[in-house]
Amino acid sequence: MSLAVDNLRVYYRTLRGDVRALDGVTFTVADEEIMGLAGESGCGKTTLGKSLIRLDGRMRVVEGTVRLDGVELPLTADGAMNAFRFREVSIVPQYAMSALNPIRKIGRMVSEVLDSRGVSYDETLPELSRRLALVGLDDSVLERYPIELSGGMKQRVVMVFSTLLNPSLLIADELTSALDVSTQKAVAEMLVEFRDRGFVKSMIVISHDLSILYQLADTILVMYAGKLVEKASASEITEDPRHPYTQLLLASLPEVGVRFAEQRLSGIPGRPPSLLNPPSGCRFRARCPLAFEKCAEDPPFVEIEPGRFAACWKVSA
Amino acid sequence: MLELDGVTKVFKTGMFGRAELTAVSGVSFAVQPGEVVSLIGESGSGKTTVGRMILRLTRASGGTITFDGRDVANLGRRELRRYYAHVQGVFQDPFSSYNPVFKVDRVLGMIRSNYLPGLSASEWKTQLRTSLEAVSLEPADVLGKYPHQLSGGQLQRLLIARALLLDIKFLVADEIISMLDASTRIDTLNLLGDLKERGVGILFITHDLSLGNYISDKTLILRHGRVAELGATTKVFGNPTHPYTRALLASVPLLHRKWGADADDVAAEMPAFDPTAVETLVQIDDDHFVARPAEAAS
Repeated sequence: MSLAVDNLRVYYRTLRGDVRALDGVTFTVADEEIMGLAGESGCGKTTLGKSLIRLDGRMRVVEGTVRLDGVELPLTADGAMNAFRFREVSIVPQYAMSALNPIRKIGRMVSEVLDSRGVSYDETLPELSRRLALVGLDDSVLERYPIELSGGMKQRVVMVFSTLLNPSLLIADELTSALDVSTQKAVAEMLVEFRDRGFVKSMIVISHDLSILYQLADTILVMYAGKLVEKASASEITEDPRHPYTQLLLASLPEVGVRFAEQRLSGIPGRPPSLLNPPSGCRFRARCPLAFEKCAEDPPFVEIEPGRFAACWKVSA
Repeated sequence: MLELDGVTKVFKTGMFGRAELTAVSGVSFAVQPGEVVSLIGESGSGKTTVGRMILRLTRASGGTITFDGRDVANLGRRELRRYYAHVQGVFQDPFSSYNPVFKVDRVLGMIRSNYLPGLSASEWKTQLRTSLEAVSLEPADVLGKYPHQLSGGQLQRLLIARALLLDIKFLVADEIISMLDASTRIDTLNLLGDLKERGVGILFITHDLSLGNYISDKTLILRHGRVAELGATTKVFGNPTHPYTRALLASVPLLHRKWGADADDVAAEMPAFDPTAVETLVQIDDDHFVARPAEAAS
């Protein structure tokens, strides 16, 4: 088991109280698993990704543990986490395109980061250029400034850069969202390739776009308002979703082939609850067509079938 | 109703504007009342520039844009105001379309003071209510609120309601869906469908092929400022003929079908773009045009 997250709660401190962005999540990611993490904006998916590597000043771990390859990550101890960052856990941040320092050449940036980890740049160089070649870039990018690269190229550079020390877990946050469809496909295929070649053991790929996750992930975990909703293999989630939220979300996605004139799709009425003082019980209750009395109690995230998890009273009953 | 004929836009770049960048080159198409035309292209294809030229936020360098037979480029100040009473735009980022300091009512009130000065308070109220209802917003939910109190979907619908206060005939919708959440974006898209049924012509600018396919009657695929393929949506999507369109369609991530599941997909390599190549639009079917290399066309 590569990653095991147990009842993790991460709150944001604000003047008006705690925002419960991540309210008790428990899940595992197996070795060589690419897990897609899906959900609408504000559901806590980025918070989950970030809390596994570095908490920002407003974030507070209230409860829970994270174990990576059997070792507990010291999430709250910023200094102790340093030993894990980049070597064991690595992230491609949401704005990977602006993650590069504009006044440093790419090569210099790589060497500085390697230095900070006590790794020799010159010794890593052959492997670095091999990997750059793999994603269709040649060594000359190392001599360039970020501004000289296109969005897709920067994305690929960051990708190679953050996996250079073969981390056990890679978190890729909205890696493909800002890209055109053709570049998006190339980057997505690259992620799978990196896993296949063993550059990274397992991955969490965060995206709001279920169709891209279906293309590249083995399993998909759906979140809603700080809670886990459903986890299953990518094909089970898309072909046979069990949780009402997943079902409605999928039904609202237009596919190539569906036309307004022939079939009118509809969205989910209402909006997600505020996480400042979230309602008790199931958080999707107010928008759920299947809601009944029992939904006032918090549904547990349980295994409903081997390998399938969901948090819904209607599904588990 | 709205017609573009050989519209070109050249931006001057570089020091002293000596270098030139052709953002849009020889684009021609027409939009009829009650028709949704989607303008699909990747970033840098010039799709937003086309929308901006129609709204006269930027001037065309060549070609003509006519609305109901009048050349948009030659409109004087007063005529331009009349033009905006019929032609409006809604843009990608609903949050930056509002001034955060003022209540959202202000963008609606500006319509009244600029275009409907003769309206009495009660008439204005009825009109406001009708247009808010048309976009399924409850007046009490949105009026008197500040932009940060509303969701992106609500703000976006409010902007459409603003356009509806005027008797609009044409709407430029530039990526209006992309900042919205999946569960609400389809409702906004359906709203465009309702407008179309009321006889409004819509230019739906998007990079998302499935959204364009869902809503539009006609599709125009733009590549580096040039039309690659143009025609009825069913034909462009049903029988994509330009290699670029085929490659584009093959890279769209679908639910229920993985990339490369079709032998067709593997063959659909993205063709390299040659800026010097001369292509002409050739009709291959009723209402279906494809750009072909000039020599092959003749």
